[in-house]
Amino acid sequence: MLQPTFRGGDAGFPATRWSVIEGVRSGDTAERRRALETLCQEYWKPVYKYVRLRWSRGAEDAQDITQGFFAEMLERELLNRFDAGKSRLRTYLRLCVDSFLLNEDKAARRQKRGGEVQHLALDFAGAEDELAGGCIDAAAIASPDSLDEFFEKEWVRSLFTLAVEDLRTLCIAQGRERTFQLFEAYDLDGDDNSSYEQLAQQYGITVTAVTNALAWARREFRKMALERLRRTCGSDEEFQRETKAVFGWQAQ
Amino acid sequence: MRQLSDKAVTRLRNSAELPDLSGTRYRLLERVARGGMSVVYAAQDRDLQRRVALKVLEAPGSQGELADRLMREARVLARLEHPGIVPVHDVGRLPDGRVFYTMKFVEGQRLDQYIGSLTPISDRLRLFQRICDAVAFAHARGVLHRDLKPANVMVGSFGEVLVMDWGLAKILTGDVETQPGADPASPHDPANRRNKTTGSVVTGHGRVMGTPGYMSPEQARGEVESLDARSDIFSLGQLLRSLRSERPSDRSLDAICAKASAQERAARYATVQELVADVSRYLDGLAVEARRENIFEKVGRFYRRYRFFILLTAAYLVMRILLLVLIKP
Repeated sequence: MLQPTFRGGDAGFPATRWSVIEGVRSGDTAERRRALETLCQEYWKPVYKYVRLRWSRGAEDAQDITQGFFAEMLERELLNRFDAGKSRLRTYLRLCVDSFLLNEDKAARRQKRGGEVQHLALDFAGAEDELAGGCIDAAAIASPDSLDEFFEKEWVRSLFTLAVEDLRTLCIAQGRERTFQLFEAYDLDGDDNSSYEQLAQQYGITVTAVTNALAWARREFRKMALERLRRTCGSDEEFQRETKAVFGWQAQ
Repeated sequence: MRQLSDKAVTRLRNSAELPDLSGTRYRLLERVARGGMSVVYAAQDRDLQRRVALKVLEAPGSQGELADRLMREARVLARLEHPGIVPVHDVGRLPDGRVFYTMKFVEGQRLDQYIGSLTPISDRLRLFQRICDAVAFAHARGVLHRDLKPANVMVGSFGEVLVMDWGLAKILTGDVETQPGADPASPHDPANRRNKTTGSVVTGHGRVMGTPGYMSPEQARGEVESLDARSDIFSLGQLLRSLRSERPSDRSLDAICAKASAQERAARYATVQELVADVSRYLDGLAVEARRENIFEKVGRFYRRYRFFILLTAAYLVMRILLLVLIKP
């Protein structure tokens, strides 16, 4: 059974630079699985939400399709055909999902013949909460032009969620719980009325301490998001393009 | 695992881009502009209690050529103390690795936005002359701007004109006190490659930097090392053209624009001062050097210039003739 570990930092994957794409293409089954786990961590939610909203599938159906899709990806080595020079990884994955759904019956038969269907331990309830939370507008993906945009938006959400989780883990490990609280209060839950002064008063610290804590948390968050991004890019050029897509600037 | 709303994603995206000002004397206020590879923020200088503009590379951890270019821009500005050139206050590296510099916070409008409010062509030309004065000063200090265009000129709320964005500037003379690209954080950074004889940044083979439409042909061809003041004069010619774009055609002014932005640099004004002098002649109603007039045009210009006296004299003569005819003895 394929079990994503969802560990932070480098714990989940060997520290090679382009590990995921190379790993998925590796001849070693264990390495291929590890690479797919990393990829799955970032992409399963966008895939699931895409199936739910774009293909109007029920929650249970979408869960099976998401599971089936990643199993199919591993079995049929779909990423071997991915060419980073020609398209972006998420565009390729979205097209693979479309193709998977168009040939759903065939895929189901194949998985039955294959016997062992691999199940991922995915937090579908959390994804459903996000859908129900009203933060995703189904109407926004009505036009075919916006499919890529929707998938990208969900992928960024997924990437940031994982990086925030990495940051939380790091803060706990370093005894910087308050830093994470400040980061949560200002960068995640804050609005235009939030201010450093308010936070300083609330936590009984100086404004400079708030500034320094937030600067550190943002630096670490950025580092972690970039590290995750780097792992799922096939080349330097793709990494540059993806950084621009996520943050609006190109990483050096 | 925490769920992130669209608002949280947007805030994270924005905050991840914010420069890390911890440990510095500046407090971030707001983003003012973004262009190329850098962003300008309004910041509060806590020590001097004043608002400054903080220019920083947009990508955290930026190294090499981009960092080198921004550092160099600050140093170029530092040697250009002129009322028409934005003064630089400070330069350095932030804790997140980004090179930054602070400069005067100019409250006003970019020339391309401001120009609509200036109706008389004479006002526009006087403003153009002030831009030229700043550029001429830079040339006298051995600096070419290389990216002159309306978007790089600010007009302050008190009418002050400031030439901005010296990121592509080329230093012509080698009298820079410090190595222009040397980063104080890494003074021996091999990434800061530069040509020792000209001081210009080596930006890679075939890289052309500038703005199409304003960049001189020789700059567009990438002839970086042979550029001189006439390259900026070409840009000034184009800038002048943009200032009078919607105005009715005027041969003398058209000739000034054409001479300033001639394709062949030998055909352009040799110095900015020559261009300014020709614009002054135009404003004073004199013949411009850029164009040889025929006799009718000379007469027409003479008439326009001395219309009042000519009409007064004519009226006097008509009166005299009438008096002679009507009051015959």
